[in-house]
Amino acid sequence: MISANLGAYGSVLVFMAMAFAVAAAAAVLPFLVARSTSHEAGRETPYECGFDAFSDARAKVDVRFCRVAILFIVFDLEIAFLFPWAATLGVIGWVGFASMMVFLGVLTVGLAYEWIKGALAWD
Amino acid sequence: MLDLGGTEGPWWFFWLIVVAQGAGALAVLLGAVAYLTYAERRVMASMQLRRGPNVVGPFGLLQPMADGVKLIFKQILIPQAVNVPLFLGAAVLTFFLALAAWAVVPVNAGWVLADLNLGVLYLLAISSFGVYGIILAGWASNSKYPFLGGLRSAAQMVSYEVATGLVLVTVLLQAGSLNLSHIVEAQRGGVGHWFIASLLFPMFIVFFIAGLAETNRHPFDLPEGESELVGGFHTEYSSMPFALFFLGEYANMILVSAFATTLFLGGWLPPLQALAFIPGPLWFAAKVGACLFVFLWARATLPRYRYDQLMRIGWQRLLPFTLVWVVLVAAVGLAQGTLPGG
Repeated sequence: MISANLGAYGSVLVFMAMAFAVAAAAAVLPFLVARSTSHEAGRETPYECGFDAFSDARAKVDVRFCRVAILFIVFDLEIAFLFPWAATLGVIGWVGFASMMVFLGVLTVGLAYEWIKGALAWD
Repeated sequence: MLDLGGTEGPWWFFWLIVVAQGAGALAVLLGAVAYLTYAERRVMASMQLRRGPNVVGPFGLLQPMADGVKLIFKQILIPQAVNVPLFLGAAVLTFFLALAAWAVVPVNAGWVLADLNLGVLYLLAISSFGVYGIILAGWASNSKYPFLGGLRSAAQMVSYEVATGLVLVTVLLQAGSLNLSHIVEAQRGGVGHWFIASLLFPMFIVFFIAGLAETNRHPFDLPEGESELVGGFHTEYSSMPFALFFLGEYANMILVSAFATTLFLGGWLPPLQALAFIPGPLWFAAKVGACLFVFLWARATLPRYRYDQLMRIGWQRLLPFTLVWVVLVAAVGLAQGTLPGG
Protein backbone atom coordinates (compact mmCIF):
# COMPACT_ATOMS: atom_id res chain seq x y z
CA MET A 1 0.00 0.00 0.00
CA ILE A 2 1.30 3.42 -0.93
CA SER A 3 0.44 6.43 1.22
CA ALA A 4 -1.55 9.21 -0.45
CA ASN A 5 1.27 11.76 -0.09
CA LEU A 6 3.92 9.47 -1.52
CA GLY A 7 1.54 8.59 -4.33
CA ALA A 8 0.72 12.19 -5.21
CA TYR A 9 4.16 13.76 -4.85
CA GLY A 10 5.87 10.68 -6.26
CA SER A 11 3.67 10.95 -9.33
CA VAL A 12 4.72 14.57 -9.74
CA LEU A 13 8.37 13.52 -9.54
CA VAL A 14 7.90 10.72 -12.08
CA PHE A 15 6.09 13.07 -14.45
CA MET A 16 8.81 15.70 -14.04
CA ALA A 17 11.46 13.12 -14.91
CA MET A 18 9.54 12.14 -18.03
CA ALA A 19 9.03 15.77 -19.06
CA PHE A 20 12.74 16.43 -18.58
CA ALA A 21 13.63 13.38 -20.66
CA VAL A 22 11.44 14.62 -23.53
CA ALA A 23 12.94 18.14 -23.41
CA ALA A 24 16.55 16.91 -23.15
CA ALA A 25 16.07 14.35 -25.92
CA ALA A 26 14.73 17.06 -28.21
CA ALA A 27 17.78 19.24 -27.54
CA VAL A 28 20.26 16.40 -28.12
CA LEU A 29 18.62 14.89 -31.22
CA PRO A 30 20.01 17.40 -33.78
CA PHE A 31 23.56 16.69 -32.56
CA LEU A 32 23.04 13.07 -33.62
CA VAL A 33 21.16 13.44 -36.91
CA ALA A 34 21.86 16.93 -38.28
CA ARG A 35 24.60 17.43 -40.87
CA SER A 36 27.36 19.61 -39.50
CA THR A 37 28.80 22.03 -42.05
CA SER A 38 32.11 23.90 -42.08
CA HIS A 39 32.91 26.37 -39.33
CA GLU A 40 33.29 29.53 -41.36
CA ALA A 41 34.71 32.59 -39.68
CA GLY A 42 31.99 35.07 -38.75
CA ARG A 43 29.26 32.50 -38.62
CA GLU A 44 29.72 31.85 -34.94
CA THR A 45 30.19 35.39 -33.72
CA PRO A 46 27.48 37.04 -31.63
CA TYR A 47 24.74 38.56 -33.75
CA GLU A 48 24.98 42.32 -34.03
CA CYS A 49 23.34 43.21 -37.34
CA GLY A 50 26.44 42.24 -39.32
CA PHE A 51 28.97 44.29 -37.38
CA ASP A 52 31.66 42.78 -35.23
CA ALA A 53 30.58 43.10 -31.63
CA PHE A 54 31.49 46.58 -30.39
CA SER A 55 31.82 45.86 -26.70
CA ASP A 56 31.12 43.25 -24.07
CA ALA A 57 27.51 42.14 -24.37
CA ARG A 58 27.06 41.79 -20.62
CA ALA A 59 26.54 45.45 -20.04
CA LYS A 60 25.54 47.09 -16.80
CA VAL A 61 21.98 46.32 -15.82
CA ASP A 62 19.68 49.33 -15.73
CA VAL A 63 18.79 50.11 -12.11
CA ARG A 64 15.09 50.10 -13.02
CA PHE A 65 15.21 46.34 -13.47
CA CYS A 66 16.63 45.97 -9.97
CA ARG A 67 13.87 48.19 -8.61
CA VAL A 68 11.25 45.95 -10.22
CA ALA A 69 12.97 42.92 -8.70
CA ILE A 70 12.88 44.45 -5.19
CA LEU A 71 9.22 45.45 -5.54
CA PHE A 72 8.42 41.96 -6.77
CA ILE A 73 9.93 40.30 -3.69
CA VAL A 74 7.87 42.49 -1.35
CA PHE A 75 4.59 41.77 -3.11
CA ASP A 76 5.28 38.10 -3.74
CA LEU A 77 5.90 37.59 -0.02
CA GLU A 78 2.66 39.42 0.70
CA ILE A 79 0.84 37.01 -1.59
CA ALA A 80 2.47 34.06 0.13
CA PHE A 81 0.97 35.39 3.39
CA LEU A 82 -2.43 35.82 1.77
CA PHE A 83 -2.71 32.22 0.52
CA PRO A 84 -3.38 30.44 3.86
CA TRP A 85 -5.49 33.38 5.03
CA ALA A 86 -7.69 33.16 1.91
CA ALA A 87 -8.16 29.41 2.14
CA THR A 88 -9.41 29.60 5.75
CA LEU A 89 -11.15 32.98 5.94
CA GLY A 90 -14.57 31.33 6.33
CA VAL A 91 -13.33 29.73 9.57
CA ILE A 92 -11.37 32.60 11.09
CA GLY A 93 -14.08 35.16 10.29
CA TRP A 94 -13.98 38.90 10.96
CA VAL A 95 -11.08 38.64 13.43
CA GLY A 96 -8.91 37.11 10.73
CA PHE A 97 -10.17 39.67 8.26
CA ALA A 98 -9.26 42.56 10.57
CA SER A 99 -5.76 41.24 11.29
CA MET A 100 -5.03 40.90 7.59
CA MET A 101 -6.35 44.40 6.95
CA VAL A 102 -3.77 45.77 9.41
CA PHE A 103 -1.03 43.95 7.48
CA LEU A 104 -2.40 45.05 4.10
CA GLY A 105 -2.78 48.61 5.41
CA VAL A 106 0.93 48.79 6.22
CA LEU A 107 1.76 47.49 2.77
CA THR A 108 -0.65 49.90 1.11
CA VAL A 109 1.08 52.82 2.83
CA GLY A 110 4.33 51.51 1.35
CA LEU A 111 2.74 51.15 -2.07
CA ALA A 112 1.36 54.69 -1.92
CA TYR A 113 4.81 56.00 -0.96
CA GLU A 114 6.45 54.17 -3.86
CA TRP A 115 3.79 55.50 -6.22
CA ILE A 116 4.25 59.12 -5.08
CA LYS A 117 8.04 58.80 -5.28
CA GLY A 118 7.65 57.50 -8.83
CA ALA A 119 9.18 54.09 -8.14
CA LEU A 120 6.34 52.35 -9.95
CA ALA A 121 6.69 54.38 -13.14
CA TRP A 122 9.23 53.30 -15.72
CA ASP A 123 10.29 56.80 -16.77
CA MET B 1 -5.45 9.72 -10.07
CA LEU B 2 -5.70 6.20 -8.79
CA ASP B 3 -7.67 5.16 -5.79
CA LEU B 4 -4.57 4.67 -3.68
CA GLY B 5 -6.11 2.69 -0.88
CA GLY B 6 -7.55 0.17 -3.30
CA THR B 7 -4.52 -0.36 -5.54
CA GLU B 8 -4.16 -4.04 -6.21
CA GLY B 9 -0.95 -5.88 -6.93
CA PRO B 10 2.67 -5.25 -6.02
CA TRP B 11 4.08 -1.78 -5.29
CA TRP B 12 5.69 -1.38 -8.71
CA PHE B 13 2.32 -1.78 -10.37
CA PHE B 14 1.27 1.62 -9.05
CA TRP B 15 4.33 3.31 -10.53
CA LEU B 16 3.85 1.46 -13.82
CA ILE B 17 0.40 3.00 -14.09
CA VAL B 18 1.79 6.44 -13.17
CA VAL B 19 4.37 6.17 -15.97
CA ALA B 20 1.70 5.02 -18.44
CA GLN B 21 -0.57 7.92 -17.49
CA GLY B 22 2.32 10.37 -17.74
CA ALA B 23 3.27 9.08 -21.19
CA GLY B 24 -0.33 9.41 -22.34
CA ALA B 25 -0.57 12.96 -20.98
CA LEU B 26 2.71 13.95 -22.65
CA ALA B 27 1.60 12.49 -25.98
CA VAL B 28 -1.68 14.40 -25.92
CA LEU B 29 0.10 17.56 -24.80
CA LEU B 30 2.79 17.44 -27.49
CA GLY B 31 0.13 16.82 -30.12
CA ALA B 32 -1.87 19.78 -28.83
CA VAL B 33 1.21 22.03 -28.90
CA ALA B 34 2.06 20.97 -32.46
CA TYR B 35 -1.45 21.64 -33.69
CA LEU B 36 -1.71 24.91 -31.81
CA THR B 37 1.09 26.24 -34.02
CA TYR B 38 -0.91 25.08 -37.04
CA ALA B 39 -4.15 26.53 -35.65
CA GLU B 40 -2.45 29.87 -35.01
CA ARG B 41 -1.28 30.13 -38.60
CA ARG B 42 -4.67 29.15 -39.99
CA VAL B 43 -6.66 31.42 -37.67
CA MET B 44 -4.41 34.41 -38.30
CA ALA B 45 -4.53 33.72 -42.03
CA SER B 46 -8.32 33.77 -41.95
CA MET B 47 -8.35 37.03 -40.00
CA GLN B 48 -5.96 38.57 -42.51
CA LEU B 49 -7.81 37.21 -45.58
CA ARG B 50 -5.12 34.82 -46.73
CA ARG B 51 -4.91 31.05 -46.85
CA GLY B 52 -2.20 29.99 -44.43
CA PRO B 53 -0.48 26.60 -44.62
CA ASN B 54 -2.61 24.35 -46.86
CA VAL B 55 -0.17 22.35 -48.98
CA VAL B 56 1.41 19.67 -46.76
CA GLY B 57 -1.24 16.96 -46.39
CA PRO B 58 -5.02 17.53 -46.47
CA PHE B 59 -5.75 21.14 -45.41
CA GLY B 60 -2.08 21.43 -44.52
CA LEU B 61 -2.62 19.20 -41.50
CA LEU B 62 0.82 17.59 -41.78
CA GLN B 63 2.54 21.00 -41.62
CA PRO B 64 3.56 20.71 -37.92
CA MET B 65 5.20 17.33 -38.63
CA ALA B 66 7.10 18.78 -41.58
CA ASP B 67 8.26 21.73 -39.48
CA GLY B 68 9.38 19.42 -36.68
CA VAL B 69 11.35 17.12 -38.99
CA LYS B 70 12.99 20.12 -40.65
CA LEU B 71 14.10 21.56 -37.30
CA ILE B 72 15.52 18.24 -36.10
CA PHE B 73 17.75 18.04 -39.17
CA LYS B 74 19.07 21.58 -38.74
CA GLN B 75 22.55 22.02 -37.37
CA ILE B 76 22.77 23.53 -33.88
CA LEU B 77 24.93 26.64 -34.21
CA ILE B 78 26.67 27.51 -30.98
CA PRO B 79 28.34 30.94 -31.15
CA GLN B 80 31.86 31.09 -29.70
CA ALA B 81 31.02 33.47 -26.89
CA VAL B 82 28.20 31.50 -25.27
CA ASN B 83 28.26 29.53 -22.06
CA VAL B 84 27.29 26.17 -23.57
CA PRO B 85 25.74 24.31 -20.59
CA LEU B 86 23.58 27.29 -19.65
CA PHE B 87 22.80 28.04 -23.30
CA LEU B 88 21.35 24.57 -23.94
CA GLY B 89 20.10 24.14 -20.39
CA ALA B 90 17.95 27.26 -20.63
CA ALA B 91 16.09 25.87 -23.65
CA VAL B 92 15.59 22.48 -22.00
CA LEU B 93 14.45 24.13 -18.75
CA THR B 94 11.86 26.28 -20.50
CA PHE B 95 10.23 23.36 -22.27
CA PHE B 96 10.54 21.05 -19.26
CA LEU B 97 8.69 23.53 -17.04
CA ALA B 98 5.94 24.04 -19.62
CA LEU B 99 5.32 20.27 -19.59
CA ALA B 100 5.89 19.57 -15.88
CA ALA B 101 3.16 21.97 -14.77
CA TRP B 102 0.54 19.63 -16.23
CA ALA B 103 1.00 17.09 -13.43
CA VAL B 104 -1.72 18.77 -11.35
CA VAL B 105 -4.25 19.95 -13.97
CA PRO B 106 -7.49 17.94 -13.72
CA VAL B 107 -9.24 17.26 -17.06
CA ASN B 108 -12.16 15.34 -15.54
CA ALA B 109 -13.38 14.21 -12.13
CA GLY B 110 -10.44 12.14 -10.86
CA TRP B 111 -8.49 12.48 -14.12
CA VAL B 112 -5.33 14.09 -12.82
CA LEU B 113 -1.81 12.73 -12.63
CA ALA B 114 -1.21 13.94 -9.07
CA ASP B 115 -4.10 15.12 -6.92
CA LEU B 116 -2.00 17.58 -4.89
CA ASN B 117 -3.67 19.53 -2.11
CA LEU B 118 -1.32 22.36 -3.01
CA GLY B 119 -2.05 22.27 -6.74
CA VAL B 120 -2.43 26.05 -7.09
CA LEU B 121 0.89 26.66 -5.33
CA TYR B 122 2.58 24.03 -7.50
CA LEU B 123 1.38 25.77 -10.66
CA LEU B 124 2.43 29.18 -9.32
CA ALA B 125 5.87 27.83 -8.42
CA ILE B 126 6.43 26.16 -11.79
CA SER B 127 5.33 29.23 -13.73
CA SER B 128 7.61 31.42 -11.58
CA PHE B 129 10.54 29.18 -12.53
CA GLY B 130 9.84 30.04 -16.17
CA VAL B 131 11.74 33.30 -15.63
CA TYR B 132 14.97 31.35 -15.15
CA GLY B 133 14.87 29.77 -18.59
CA ILE B 134 14.53 33.14 -20.25
CA ILE B 135 17.00 35.14 -18.21
CA LEU B 136 19.58 32.33 -18.45
CA ALA B 137 19.10 32.22 -22.23
CA GLY B 138 19.64 35.97 -22.41
CA TRP B 139 22.75 35.88 -20.25
CA ALA B 140 24.34 32.72 -21.63
CA SER B 141 24.02 33.95 -25.23
CA ASN B 142 26.57 36.70 -24.46
CA SER B 143 25.13 38.90 -27.17
CA LYS B 144 23.45 42.29 -26.87
CA TYR B 145 19.96 41.60 -28.14
CA PRO B 146 19.39 38.42 -26.13
CA PHE B 147 20.74 40.17 -23.03
CA LEU B 148 18.29 43.06 -23.36
CA GLY B 149 15.44 40.70 -24.28
CA GLY B 150 16.14 38.47 -21.29
CA LEU B 151 16.17 41.42 -18.86
CA ARG B 152 12.97 42.85 -20.26
CA SER B 153 11.27 39.51 -20.18
CA ALA B 154 12.27 38.78 -16.59
CA ALA B 155 10.99 42.16 -15.39
CA GLN B 156 7.76 41.73 -17.33
CA MET B 157 7.08 38.23 -16.02
CA VAL B 158 7.67 39.05 -12.36
CA SER B 159 5.57 42.22 -12.63
CA TYR B 160 2.53 40.39 -13.91
CA GLU B 161 3.05 37.47 -11.56
CA VAL B 162 2.13 39.78 -8.69
CA ALA B 163 -1.27 40.45 -10.25
CA THR B 164 -1.73 36.73 -11.00
CA GLY B 165 -0.97 35.83 -7.39
CA LEU B 166 -3.59 38.25 -6.07
CA VAL B 167 -6.15 36.90 -8.56
CA LEU B 168 -5.46 33.41 -7.20
CA VAL B 169 -6.14 34.70 -3.69
CA THR B 170 -9.65 35.84 -4.71
CA VAL B 171 -10.35 32.40 -6.19
CA LEU B 172 -9.10 30.74 -2.99
CA LEU B 173 -11.46 32.91 -0.96
CA GLN B 174 -14.41 31.56 -2.95
CA ALA B 175 -13.24 27.94 -3.20
CA GLY B 176 -11.55 27.51 0.20
CA SER B 177 -9.05 25.01 -1.20
CA LEU B 178 -5.80 24.94 -3.15
CA ASN B 179 -6.67 21.61 -4.73
CA LEU B 180 -7.59 22.26 -8.36
CA SER B 181 -10.19 19.47 -8.41
CA HIS B 182 -11.90 20.97 -5.35
CA ILE B 183 -11.86 24.40 -7.00
CA VAL B 184 -13.68 22.94 -10.00
CA GLU B 185 -16.16 21.10 -7.77
CA ALA B 186 -16.91 24.38 -5.98
CA GLN B 187 -18.29 25.64 -9.30
CA ARG B 188 -20.71 22.75 -9.83
CA GLY B 189 -24.30 23.55 -10.82
CA GLY B 190 -24.18 25.12 -14.26
CA VAL B 191 -22.79 28.27 -15.79
CA GLY B 192 -24.35 30.49 -13.10
CA HIS B 193 -22.11 28.89 -10.46
CA TRP B 194 -18.86 29.28 -12.36
CA PHE B 195 -16.55 31.80 -10.75
CA ILE B 196 -16.57 33.88 -13.93
CA ALA B 197 -20.27 34.57 -13.31
CA SER B 198 -19.68 35.85 -9.77
CA LEU B 199 -17.92 38.81 -8.23
CA LEU B 200 -14.74 37.38 -9.71
CA PHE B 201 -15.52 38.31 -13.31
CA PRO B 202 -13.05 41.25 -13.39
CA MET B 203 -10.44 38.92 -11.92
CA PHE B 204 -10.87 36.61 -14.90
CA ILE B 205 -10.08 39.53 -17.19
CA VAL B 206 -7.03 40.47 -15.11
CA PHE B 207 -5.89 36.85 -15.06
CA PHE B 208 -6.12 36.66 -18.83
CA ILE B 209 -4.24 39.92 -19.39
CA ALA B 210 -1.53 38.79 -16.98
CA GLY B 211 -1.48 35.44 -18.80
CA LEU B 212 -0.80 37.21 -22.08
CA ALA B 213 2.07 39.08 -20.44
CA GLU B 214 3.53 36.03 -18.67
CA THR B 215 3.63 33.95 -21.83
CA ASN B 216 5.22 36.89 -23.68
CA ARG B 217 2.35 36.90 -26.15
CA HIS B 218 0.97 39.82 -28.11
CA PRO B 219 0.28 42.59 -27.28
CA PHE B 220 2.96 42.13 -24.59
CA ASP B 221 5.61 40.41 -26.74
CA LEU B 222 8.28 43.02 -26.01
CA PRO B 223 10.97 40.47 -25.05
CA GLU B 224 11.08 39.44 -28.70
CA GLY B 225 9.86 42.67 -30.28
CA GLU B 226 11.32 42.11 -33.75
CA SER B 227 11.60 45.75 -34.67
CA GLU B 228 13.74 46.55 -31.61
CA LEU B 229 15.43 43.37 -30.41
CA VAL B 230 15.65 41.09 -33.49
CA GLY B 231 14.57 37.84 -31.79
CA GLY B 232 14.91 38.92 -28.17
CA PHE B 233 16.26 36.32 -25.77
CA HIS B 234 16.38 33.57 -28.42
CA THR B 235 18.26 35.52 -31.12
CA GLU B 236 21.29 33.21 -30.94
CA TYR B 237 19.34 29.96 -30.90
CA SER B 238 18.89 27.64 -33.83
CA SER B 239 17.52 24.17 -34.59
CA MET B 240 15.79 22.27 -31.77
CA PRO B 241 16.92 24.52 -28.90
CA PHE B 242 15.09 27.33 -30.68
CA ALA B 243 12.12 25.01 -31.18
CA LEU B 244 12.09 24.28 -27.44
CA PHE B 245 11.54 27.98 -26.70
CA PHE B 246 8.98 28.23 -29.46
CA LEU B 247 7.04 25.15 -28.37
CA GLY B 248 7.47 26.10 -24.71
CA GLU B 249 5.65 29.37 -25.43
CA TYR B 250 2.77 27.48 -27.01
CA ALA B 251 2.70 24.90 -24.22
CA ASN B 252 2.53 27.79 -21.74
CA MET B 253 -0.38 29.31 -23.65
CA ILE B 254 -2.27 26.04 -23.33
CA LEU B 255 -1.33 25.89 -19.65
CA VAL B 256 -2.60 29.40 -18.92
CA SER B 257 -5.82 28.57 -20.78
CA ALA B 258 -6.23 25.36 -18.78
CA PHE B 259 -5.53 27.25 -15.57
CA ALA B 260 -8.13 29.90 -16.46
CA THR B 261 -10.60 27.14 -17.35
CA THR B 262 -10.07 25.41 -14.02
CA LEU B 263 -10.23 28.56 -11.90
CA PHE B 264 -13.04 30.46 -13.59
CA LEU B 265 -14.82 28.43 -16.25
CA GLY B 266 -15.83 25.37 -14.25
CA GLY B 267 -13.13 23.02 -15.56
CA TRP B 268 -14.72 19.85 -16.94
CA LEU B 269 -18.25 20.74 -15.78
CA PRO B 270 -20.96 21.27 -18.41
CA PRO B 271 -22.59 24.74 -18.59
CA LEU B 272 -26.09 23.24 -18.32
CA GLN B 273 -27.14 20.06 -16.55
CA ALA B 274 -29.00 19.03 -19.72
CA LEU B 275 -25.64 18.84 -21.50
CA ALA B 276 -24.09 16.53 -18.91
CA PHE B 277 -24.18 13.60 -21.36
CA ILE B 278 -21.15 15.08 -23.14
CA PRO B 279 -18.03 13.78 -21.35
CA GLY B 280 -16.06 16.13 -19.08
CA PRO B 281 -12.75 16.06 -20.98
CA LEU B 282 -14.53 17.36 -24.08
CA TRP B 283 -15.93 20.31 -22.11
CA PHE B 284 -12.48 20.94 -20.70
CA ALA B 285 -10.91 20.85 -24.17
CA ALA B 286 -13.64 23.11 -25.61
CA LYS B 287 -13.12 25.74 -22.90
CA VAL B 288 -9.34 25.62 -23.26
CA GLY B 289 -9.79 25.94 -27.01
CA ALA B 290 -12.00 29.01 -26.59
CA CYS B 291 -9.36 30.67 -24.37
CA LEU B 292 -6.63 29.81 -26.88
CA PHE B 293 -8.67 31.36 -29.67
CA VAL B 294 -8.66 34.64 -27.74
CA PHE B 295 -4.85 34.39 -27.49
CA LEU B 296 -4.64 34.10 -31.29
CA TRP B 297 -7.29 36.75 -31.80
CA ALA B 298 -5.31 39.19 -29.64
CA ARG B 299 -2.19 38.52 -31.70
CA ALA B 300 -3.99 39.21 -34.97
CA THR B 301 -5.69 42.36 -33.65
CA LEU B 302 -3.68 44.31 -31.12
CA PRO B 303 -0.54 46.40 -31.64
CA ARG B 304 2.37 46.00 -29.24
CA TYR B 305 2.61 48.12 -26.09
CA ARG B 306 5.60 50.29 -25.23
CA TYR B 307 7.70 49.12 -22.31
CA ASP B 308 6.73 51.97 -19.97
CA GLN B 309 3.06 51.31 -20.81
CA LEU B 310 3.56 47.64 -20.03
CA MET B 311 5.03 48.44 -16.62
CA ARG B 312 2.32 50.99 -15.87
CA ILE B 313 -0.44 48.48 -16.62
CA GLY B 314 1.21 45.89 -14.39
CA TRP B 315 2.13 47.97 -11.34
CA GLN B 316 -0.23 50.95 -11.41
CA ARG B 317 -3.41 49.45 -12.84
CA LEU B 318 -3.64 45.70 -12.27
CA LEU B 319 -1.89 45.57 -8.89
CA PRO B 320 -3.96 48.21 -7.02
CA PHE B 321 -7.14 46.96 -8.68
CA THR B 322 -6.63 43.32 -7.68
CA LEU B 323 -5.54 44.38 -4.18
CA VAL B 324 -8.82 46.27 -3.70
CA TRP B 325 -10.74 43.36 -5.17
CA VAL B 326 -9.20 40.87 -2.73
CA VAL B 327 -10.47 42.98 0.18
CA LEU B 328 -13.86 43.40 -1.51
CA VAL B 329 -14.33 39.67 -2.19
CA ALA B 330 -13.27 38.84 1.38
CA ALA B 331 -15.60 41.42 2.96
CA VAL B 332 -18.61 40.56 0.80
CA GLY B 333 -18.04 36.84 1.37
CA LEU B 334 -17.87 37.31 5.15
CA ALA B 335 -20.89 39.63 5.25
CA GLN B 336 -23.02 37.21 3.26
CA GLY B 337 -21.61 34.15 5.00
CA THR B 338 -20.88 32.50 1.65
CA LEU B 339 -17.25 31.62 2.30
CA PRO B 340 -16.49 27.90 2.65
CA GLY B 341 -16.38 26.86 6.31
CA GLY B 342 -18.21 30.04 7.39
